[in-house]
Amino acid sequence: MKTDDSLIEYLAELSKLKLSPEEREARKADLGDILAYMEKLNELDTTGLPEMTHPFDASNRFREDEVTNEDRRADMLRNAPGSKNDYFKVFKAVED
Amino acid sequence: MNSDIRKMTALELGKAIKTGEISSPEATRIFLDAALADQEKEKKSKNGVNAYISIDEEAAMRDARDAQRRIEAGEYPSPIAGVPVAVKDNICVEGGVTTAASKMLEGFSPPYNADAIDKLKDAGAVILGKTNMDEFAMGASSETSYFGITRNPWDPTRVPGGSSGGSAAAVAARLAPYAIGSDTGGSIRQPCAFCNLTGVKPTYGSVSRFGLMAFASSLDQIGPIGKDARDCAVALSILSGPDKKDSTSVIKEPFRMCETIHGELPASGLKGLKIGLPSNCMDDGLADDVRACVTTAAETLRDLGAETEFFDLPLIEYAVPTYYIIACAEAGSNLSRYDGVKYGFRSENAKDMSDIFRLSRSEGFGTEVKRRIMVGSFVLSSGYFDAYYKKALQVRGMIKRAFDEAFERYDIVLSPVSPTVAFEIGGRISDPLAMYLSDIYTASVNLIGSPAVALPCGFGEGGLPAGMQFIGKAFSENMLLTAANVYQNATDYHRRECPEA
Repeated sequence: MKTDDSLIEYLAELSKLKLSPEEREARKADLGDILAYMEKLNELDTTGLPEMTHPFDASNRFREDEVTNEDRRADMLRNAPGSKNDYFKVFKAVED
Repeated sequence: MNSDIRKMTALELGKAIKTGEISSPEATRIFLDAALADQEKEKKSKNGVNAYISIDEEAAMRDARDAQRRIEAGEYPSPIAGVPVAVKDNICVEGGVTTAASKMLEGFSPPYNADAIDKLKDAGAVILGKTNMDEFAMGASSETSYFGITRNPWDPTRVPGGSSGGSAAAVAARLAPYAIGSDTGGSIRQPCAFCNLTGVKPTYGSVSRFGLMAFASSLDQIGPIGKDARDCAVALSILSGPDKKDSTSVIKEPFRMCETIHGELPASGLKGLKIGLPSNCMDDGLADDVRACVTTAAETLRDLGAETEFFDLPLIEYAVPTYYIIACAEAGSNLSRYDGVKYGFRSENAKDMSDIFRLSRSEGFGTEVKRRIMVGSFVLSSGYFDAYYKKALQVRGMIKRAFDEAFERYDIVLSPVSPTVAFEIGGRISDPLAMYLSDIYTASVNLIGSPAVALPCGFGEGGLPAGMQFIGKAFSENMLLTAANVYQNATDYHRRECPEA
């Protein structure tokens, strides 16, 4: 797998990260090594094999939708990096 | 007196508290003083163990007084009621601070307890503080913490292992009688091996993940770290059990292991127990000193009555690439919640919404976390999904079937925990692949969901501890810990302690 500038830029965008020029160079090198190592799996023929997404045969465990928590607005907002009038505060996201 | 208390196992201390030899607040004070003294030493001269990120003295003393009241009132919630415990800093404790060792969560105060914490508190546990770790549990050395490195109490120039390195170092340095960690690819077992401790990565679904900061949700499990198998058995009995808030909590009722494991060495020893050693886990990839320790341990197990033999366990060499594809994919998804809006770090340089996301994440996450998020984005991206992520899920199934076949022949698969004893600080941090390969013997256990017990089996290069692991099929914790207990009754590696710093 060739890790060129455009791939690194694309992955940074997908990951919502802004990389410094030094970071971009470093990732080009180490992601290249890591992805090349992962290609070891190509030695195995997996044609037609099922995909294992979970350690056990999982089935949904349904339960009644009961209210178990009370209104804890102040506790939730306590950790917010920006809040105003009991709301999370962010920059304007919709144009006028 | 104080040093005697600090040397006790959690069960010994629990007994001393029950019989009134010492009170829970007295015992808690002793551990707090030792832990605070180490923090002071770290602050002054950068040569502490640095096992803790935060110590909540007030909360610990309050917990201890509560536990003491319950014990004196005749309520005796567990054999380790009133005994202090150290908790890894990716497990939410209400009221204090939980950071996952990340700048992203510096100062974050969880509005709820993890289910494991509720269960511990019900059992009368006293939480001393939160332990250091690799940032978001991503690492095998505890060097990626935003809050500084933890040093191995056996040799301060070495790492304590990771990611639960602070939890292990706290117990080894006698700054806590036992500790709680989490294991996604070896993060409980490898620090245990590096610090001469016993630890359990429980069966997936036996300990609730509610309140554990998610790294890789199909692999993460919370588990105990202690001085011996008995302490781990008691702690696991407390931690395990169903939880409505975790839909993957499949266990029907908690493990109840206190009774079986308290007994002395049974006359039958390990008679009838079949143990298989994968020969490809004992080949050139393993350091000579660790191989010698595991080989001697296998002989001891045979002397105790077990049948041991070598066998070929296929696909071991594919476990690490499979693990990192899946773990990074899940991490990339899980860590998308850190967006600088509802909680966590927000960049002061942000000028619009897009900046809030991108700058907060770029400035808030460390290098290894960003690297793994990018690997996750790659393996899940259109065009590469089938060749990497889908392929890894298929190989995960192949690895599971290889272990299933082994468990048809053997009760226990015995392997080393780590290819080497504790490595030097700085030794692997600039080479991510070398660090990833530290997980070669541990990662497959998380992929298949099985339980494993890591325990000391001797000393290698420089007198540093070496560890082995007993791997069993799902929900075989009782058998694994009983076997570990029989081994520990016949050996004294686990009783040896590092010198006081």
